[in-house]
Amino acid sequence: MIDDMSIKLKALLKSPWVFHLSTGSCNNCDIEILDCLTPRFDIERFGMLLVGSIKHADVLLITGSGNRKSMERLKRLYKQIPKPCLVVAVGECALSRGMFIHSYNCPVPIDKIIPVDVYIPGCPPKPEAIIAGVVKLIEKVKKSTEKKSLV
Amino acid sequence: MIYIYIFYFLFFGFLLTAIIGLLASWIDRKVTAKVQYRVGPPLLQPLIDIVKLLGKETLIPAGSSKITFLMAPVIGFASVILVSTLLWINNIYPAKSFIGDLIVVLYLLVIPSISIIMGGFASRNPLASLGASREMKLILSYELPFILAILVTVIKSGFTFRLGEILTFQAQNGAFVRSWSGTLALIVAIICMQAKLALVPFDIPEAETEIVGGPLIEYSGSGLAIYKLMKNMLLFTLPFFLIIVFIGGLRFDGIHLLYGGLKYISLVALMTVIRNTNPRVRIDQAVKFFWGPMTIIAIIAIILALLGR
Repeated sequence: MIDDMSIKLKALLKSPWVFHLSTGSCNNCDIEILDCLTPRFDIERFGMLLVGSIKHADVLLITGSGNRKSMERLKRLYKQIPKPCLVVAVGECALSRGMFIHSYNCPVPIDKIIPVDVYIPGCPPKPEAIIAGVVKLIEKVKKSTEKKSLV
Repeated sequence: MIYIYIFYFLFFGFLLTAIIGLLASWIDRKVTAKVQYRVGPPLLQPLIDIVKLLGKETLIPAGSSKITFLMAPVIGFASVILVSTLLWINNIYPAKSFIGDLIVVLYLLVIPSISIIMGGFASRNPLASLGASREMKLILSYELPFILAILVTVIKSGFTFRLGEILTFQAQNGAFVRSWSGTLALIVAIICMQAKLALVPFDIPEAETEIVGGPLIEYSGSGLAIYKLMKNMLLFTLPFFLIIVFIGGLRFDGIHLLYGGLKYISLVALMTVIRNTNPRVRIDQAVKFFWGPMTIIAIIAIILALLGR
């Protein structure tokens, strides 16, 4: 018997639509993410699209250190994204707050607030690194659907 | 007898239209990618998108009108299936048409846009309402020249409102596009089709960089899947309608199959090229464009048709 959820995730892996959220980044990571859409890297050949509305998205892509104001918005957006969904943290700030680790405005890293599926380090990460990270995420989810234990 | 119509409804109206529409959507995305020196998506990408969306959770925004929000995509989808069934039956058996089916088709072709407006207003989102109101203005602007352009074919085929008689008239006397009035009317109809499909330069209702998807912003899961499928099917239905009324329909015997495919693919390629070489216009510019030059060209085409040119 084939698991109902694993079929859904298999189709999702072939057309992940990405919603891009900046929780107070310096815009370097955001520019590198937009580079992935350019002719040199062209992630549309994997079916990925950048969508404007969170309701259309499958992947929540987070950059930035996550300050007190934007954390509220992040929680609200995570409630609004239709499940099943995946969360990707891009850049040093999203992983561990980077140089803002002692700031009064960034009390906790992002993965203490919502579950993160894959971390892509770098300041900023190259487009190659972002694509490699997404490939790792896809392989991880494929393995977990084979075991039928979900993310 | 009734089973034949059910067969037409399911096989031609839904299945074949959906397959050709998804293929046309892939051609559109691939050509766009090639224009931008990219590789583009694989062949099954539009189908995978829809299967994925059907498996996702459907969220209903708080405080929205729930029944209207869920019914709107179904109404638009049903009308597209109905109109493509009518067109297929007319194309295959021209004798089976009824009086005034041209008017029925024209009305049914507006309903997808109306369903988008309903969904946009029902979703209780300011951006969706803005997109829906723009869609409404766009309908008001393009319907006048579109109906005038279709009227040219009615005049040229001896004042008949049957699609079947228009087709048989063209089979005997040559396609309308060969005359001056037919060519002018076809140009107007193609530009109106661009606005009906909400493609660039007339993608004002769903300007993604401006109002993030417009009326569809709150739709997720199966609602969005039905809207996507509806738009892909319209990508076949509208060019098919223009082929029937202007270029003599599609035929399936021998070499005519090739000609039919060529007619359809050239119309889709033309739409894609227009889409990729133009910037988006503002809504007031679109209204001025349709009520000014387009209506004047359509009226000139009608006068030429009355003079027998």
